[in-house]
Amino acid sequence: MSSRPSPSSDLALRMVNLSKSYTIGARQERYRTLRQAITDTALAPFLRIGNLFKGRAAVGDLKETFWALEDLSLEIRKGEVVGIIGRNGAGKSTLLKLLSRITEPSRGFAEIRGRVGSLLEVGTGFHPELSGRENIFLNGAILGMGRTEIAQKLDEIVAFAEVERFLDTAVKHYSSGMYLRLAFAVAAHLDTEILLVDEVLAVGDANFQRKCLGKMSGVAREGRTVMFVSHNMAAIESLCSRAVVLDKGRLLFDGDAATAIHDYLSQQGSEELFDGVFPPPGKGGKFQLLRRLEIKDRLDRVGTAFPVGESLTFTFHLKLDRPFLDLQIGVGIKNELGARVCTIAPRWSATPLGSVEAGDVQVSCSLSSLLLMPGRYLLKISVGDGKTDYEIYDDLPAFEITPGDLWGSGSLPQTFSQGIVLANAQWALEVPSPTAPTLETAEP
Amino acid sequence: MTSEPTPSATDASIATTVIRPSKGWVSLRLGEIWKYRELLYFLVWRDVKVRYKQTVLGAAWAIIQPVMTMVVFSLFFGKLARIPSDGVPYPIFSYSALVPWTLFAFGLSQGANSLVGSQNLIKKVYFPRLIIPIASVLGGTVDFALSLTVLFGLMFFFPVSLTWNLLWLPAFTLMALATALGVALWLSAMNVQFRDVRYIVPFLTQLWLFATPVAYPSSLLSEPWRTLYALNPMVGVVEGFRWALLGTETRPGPMILASSTACCLFLVSGLFYFRRMEKTFADVV
Repeated sequence: MSSRPSPSSDLALRMVNLSKSYTIGARQERYRTLRQAITDTALAPFLRIGNLFKGRAAVGDLKETFWALEDLSLEIRKGEVVGIIGRNGAGKSTLLKLLSRITEPSRGFAEIRGRVGSLLEVGTGFHPELSGRENIFLNGAILGMGRTEIAQKLDEIVAFAEVERFLDTAVKHYSSGMYLRLAFAVAAHLDTEILLVDEVLAVGDANFQRKCLGKMSGVAREGRTVMFVSHNMAAIESLCSRAVVLDKGRLLFDGDAATAIHDYLSQQGSEELFDGVFPPPGKGGKFQLLRRLEIKDRLDRVGTAFPVGESLTFTFHLKLDRPFLDLQIGVGIKNELGARVCTIAPRWSATPLGSVEAGDVQVSCSLSSLLLMPGRYLLKISVGDGKTDYEIYDDLPAFEITPGDLWGSGSLPQTFSQGIVLANAQWALEVPSPTAPTLETAEP
Repeated sequence: MTSEPTPSATDASIATTVIRPSKGWVSLRLGEIWKYRELLYFLVWRDVKVRYKQTVLGAAWAIIQPVMTMVVFSLFFGKLARIPSDGVPYPIFSYSALVPWTLFAFGLSQGANSLVGSQNLIKKVYFPRLIIPIASVLGGTVDFALSLTVLFGLMFFFPVSLTWNLLWLPAFTLMALATALGVALWLSAMNVQFRDVRYIVPFLTQLWLFATPVAYPSSLLSEPWRTLYALNPMVGVVEGFRWALLGTETRPGPMILASSTACCLFLVSGLFYFRRMEKTFADVV
């Protein structure tokens, strides 16, 4: 097979119309005649055996083609750290599998300049019966390291994994944390020009994840080319300068990481969340006062998914059928566990809405830097006049707060066990100076 | 998968790999296996190391299995059925065949299940897939070496004197390995799509055992049937072993020629078939 020289010498990866299709067994068609049914059933084994020799996968009798990746063209320069984001099934893992040559493209081609290391999983080939040391060598060899190369890095790997004492213990006796640390340590010491990483950081406790993230940013700074698949937007944002959004096997966006993340999240959120049009399906209001809800970020972009720390503005579009002396819109924000995070209403504000004439009105309420934990939030909205609530909507899945690198640390509290809101904390360290004069020696 | 490293125009030290769809029969790329020889070594080493972990008798099983079979064969075929043994004491006659046979049968069954057993590797890392069945087949060589030393012990005990024919032994060993690999390549690649293979393998090995002169001498057959019979490569291997070790009269001749031809056929066709199917492994397994 011929290889063409890259048009530009600083390219590390070049993909041209890279595509991968899978044949999936489709639903059985109904047989029209009994004779056809019998002949098809009788012929099927022969057809399958025929496929055995054609170098084709033969799984079902009736097949449907599914494009896991379609006509992807990308160019990645040397030293770029590119994040790949997209929903499950968007083709992210397929792309990494194609580039790491685990599977073959169905169409198109890719050109790779340099040695490729792929970390699609940590601890591939680890054997529980073998000791830590033995697994380091085995796993290293599987990842493409030579024996001498591993021997040179052994101390470094062991120190990173913090398993010195258990180096000669079978890994089946390791705690899951130790196992993961060791597995990541081997992978992290893979010295290839190009690194393909898939969700490696999604394992281990918060401490270990931070360590992995640190190692990854070290790798990124070394000028190596990295392609990084993750659902962890905070990690993508802090590691990658550029990000690619895939959707259903196609390239949706390619550009700077922050925009890509925003793009992806707004596209993702819109499908499963409440669209803002009242009444929501199945929840008819008697008076139909509330017509529409818009949630905007600080740049007035309407959306349903916002990065953590974003200032939100709720805009309610109402059609009032009578004048309201004291218009009250109560908004309760609940997290996905059902815990009420806060409640907002004009009555507690220094500038309440007061009396409002009948007709179409818009009411806006802005919340500056809402420190909600990442997750989905439900709204309870009520419209009333201070005495009676005329309309109440409960459990509206209204918006999503997505992880982001809020404080430049690359991580955030992750679970609700760590609290239901975030706190912007400033830490300071003061060490009493040992040379400071004390009372006794102040004056002679 | 078709990709080959070629020096690029700008920087000779960085190789360019091109990944594109392959069609039809593809080259074997045996050079790549050489590049990955350390991985091959580690996989064999892992198989050997892990095999007898958590067993009480450990590597003694490598000896017990063929020795017990030899005892059973000697009792039933040697004593009861009085099957001729080319003038050699029956125990050593059958054991000298069981040693290469065990190597072959082990390689065949391990090799056939190797790809399916390593699916986690196949789906997560790239390396020439040929390494997997090769490693599985080679994993039997340590057991083979152990049972071979027992064979030499037996020869000393009975006693059978050694001749220079012994120098041919590595060639016959290689032939047993190559045959096992050839068949294992076919079966393992088919096993990826059709798990029926798993059920065929024990049956196939049993049938093959009876089609190989392990319990009986091939001299029971007359020419030209005997040479035709040697199209089963294991016939050549077993008779070759007996000739090299015990001095029976099956010296390299038409039989060995037929066997080695069939062996090469198995191996080469297996290699090409495997390489052809290789691209589907990660998707289907």
